[in-house]
Amino acid sequence: MEKIIKFTSKTVVLPNEDVDTDQIVPARFLTLPSKVGIGECLFYDWRYNESGEPNKDFILNKKESRDCSVLVAGNNFGCGSSREHAPWALVDFGFKAIISTSFADIFKNNCLKNGLIPITVPKNIHDWLMDNPRVEVTIDLEKTLLHTDQGHEASFPIESFSRYCLMNGMDQLGYILSKEAEIQKHENKL
Amino acid sequence: MLLNNSPKTLFEKIWDQHVVVPETENTPAILYIDLHLIHEVTTPQAFTQLRENNLSVRSPNKVLATMDHSTPTVPIKTINDLDLVAEPGPAEQIRDMIKNCQDFGIELYGFDSERRGIVHVIGPELGATQPGRTMVCGDSHTSTHGAFGALAFGIGTTEVAHVLATQCLLQRKPKTLAVNLNGQLNDGVSAKDIILKTIGTIGVDGGTGHVIEYRGSTVPSLSLEQRMTICNMSIEGGARAGMFAPDELTFEYLQGRPMSPNGDDWHKAVDQWKQLVSDEGSVFDKEVDIDVDSLKPMVTFGTNPGMVMPIDSVVPDHHGNQSFKQALDYMRVESGKPLLEKSIDVVFIGSCTNSRLSDLQDAAQILDGRKVAENVRAIVVPGSQAVKAEAEALGLDKIILNSGAEWRESGCSMCLGMNGDTVGNGQLAVSTSNRNFEGRQGKGSRTILASPKTAAASAISGFIQDPRLYKSN
Repeated sequence: MEKIIKFTSKTVVLPNEDVDTDQIVPARFLTLPSKVGIGECLFYDWRYNESGEPNKDFILNKKESRDCSVLVAGNNFGCGSSREHAPWALVDFGFKAIISTSFADIFKNNCLKNGLIPITVPKNIHDWLMDNPRVEVTIDLEKTLLHTDQGHEASFPIESFSRYCLMNGMDQLGYILSKEAEIQKHENKL
Repeated sequence: MLLNNSPKTLFEKIWDQHVVVPETENTPAILYIDLHLIHEVTTPQAFTQLRENNLSVRSPNKVLATMDHSTPTVPIKTINDLDLVAEPGPAEQIRDMIKNCQDFGIELYGFDSERRGIVHVIGPELGATQPGRTMVCGDSHTSTHGAFGALAFGIGTTEVAHVLATQCLLQRKPKTLAVNLNGQLNDGVSAKDIILKTIGTIGVDGGTGHVIEYRGSTVPSLSLEQRMTICNMSIEGGARAGMFAPDELTFEYLQGRPMSPNGDDWHKAVDQWKQLVSDEGSVFDKEVDIDVDSLKPMVTFGTNPGMVMPIDSVVPDHHGNQSFKQALDYMRVESGKPLLEKSIDVVFIGSCTNSRLSDLQDAAQILDGRKVAENVRAIVVPGSQAVKAEAEALGLDKIILNSGAEWRESGCSMCLGMNGDTVGNGQLAVSTSNRNFEGRQGKGSRTILASPKTAAASAISGFIQDPRLYKSN
């Protein structure tokens, strides 16, 4: 896995609240056997019209969104189904972080295992980011700080072990495997 | 240690019993998982991860495997018939599941098994779901199993691989939320209405970061099937899990099931299970009260399960909230207008929320001797092959078929439309499932969530109808 320490990108804003994982990847695409290429399905029913043509009004189809790898999303992003296809599709599409006021639990866990950083910010910063698309934000995982090119700054909470793994490009499974003796001890008690 | 003497909630007791390595500031807890449920949709990439890392499944006997999401609900005799009824994508996924289970030594309840069904229906009916167990599945509705006093929650596919390889999961300890259910259900009102009301009260993110324990004076009279409906949709309120403390009804339900303990083990197990209650004086991080006495049948009007109202009410105002307004536009409903008597196209009775025998009985009582309206397609999908057999033994299939509704093989079916059972573009469905998200039941579908009673009453009427008007024939 790639190490993530600090990066800078422009933002794209999707203001809808309570965006569920069925919107992020509709169920009919869950038969795809791989994670690669699944970005094609991201927000499919919002991105494409009846005849499969790109919906020109949808923000991710606009030219100016192409170089944006930070998504500013409405409250409670990623609710609903546990499908990890949702963060896979966001990553495959090119996103590195999502900024919101809150995230659904399973989605947040899934993001952290796929190098996609869920960033919870206070409402005032969020409101400003929603009103000001295409600002440049720097996300610093080492300092757990987000700052904008307009001088706004916010620290964000992130689960410490996930942060460590992201910064070191580490898979979390290795840690559990290293505790074999403890697992065995627990099983002996059963 | 002093801490061990302080009063604990049901959740805390189960959590503490399963901690393999305690959490620290730098690392989450390693939690032991007693039972891992798997299905065909959220496992392929996990098995790929095992293969790539040359890992085996640590405890194949602690994995319960079935196929439910992309399986056809029309009968097939053998796997060779699959291509006749299934699209290539789902068919391939089903074949992959069979191969993965074979390769890793996991018993699979497939097409040839009477135990096949929706994973959250078969766990309890086999007695695999037990009080005090930790259970996970790559499926958010794993919260269902909390009805038995298990700690059960949904995980992602990477975590599925973790559990397959180690029987353990990394977890930060969640907070606790007590939902106090007070009073008794009136005629025509169901457990589904309790959970819809609860989600409407706390909001779709009200339970985020919390495990819910349902408590209060309503609880002793709720059957295990009703408790499962309530726990099932805890995730729709954002909660990690939902739980009921096990009681005599729980033990009665589990006794004699294929995977339940028996003989001396049964009595030992019940003695242990009786300890699984929140201690007097235990403290919850949050509490919410729900008045069940005054509860009416509930229906959703928007595109998430928190957008819900009593069936005889009118659609609320959007107060300028754009997401709310968009939801009303998508649903083609208007603020200030009722939903009652709004014409519908489809009725779906099924899903891990409402596909158990009592749900089908609720629906059949209303359908009995009546006909589904001409403008409506009604489809009834039992939650498991066992539920199907039980229902047929009671003649429910005849009642359902005579009404003009379809009677299918078990599966998730039209809840998420992966298997070809879908609601058409623009069509309005009254559905006993758990999600009314945009396009959830098929591209462009519009969903009203309701109880099996409300769904059946609406099927007969051809429009959204109050089940309290339909006494059984």
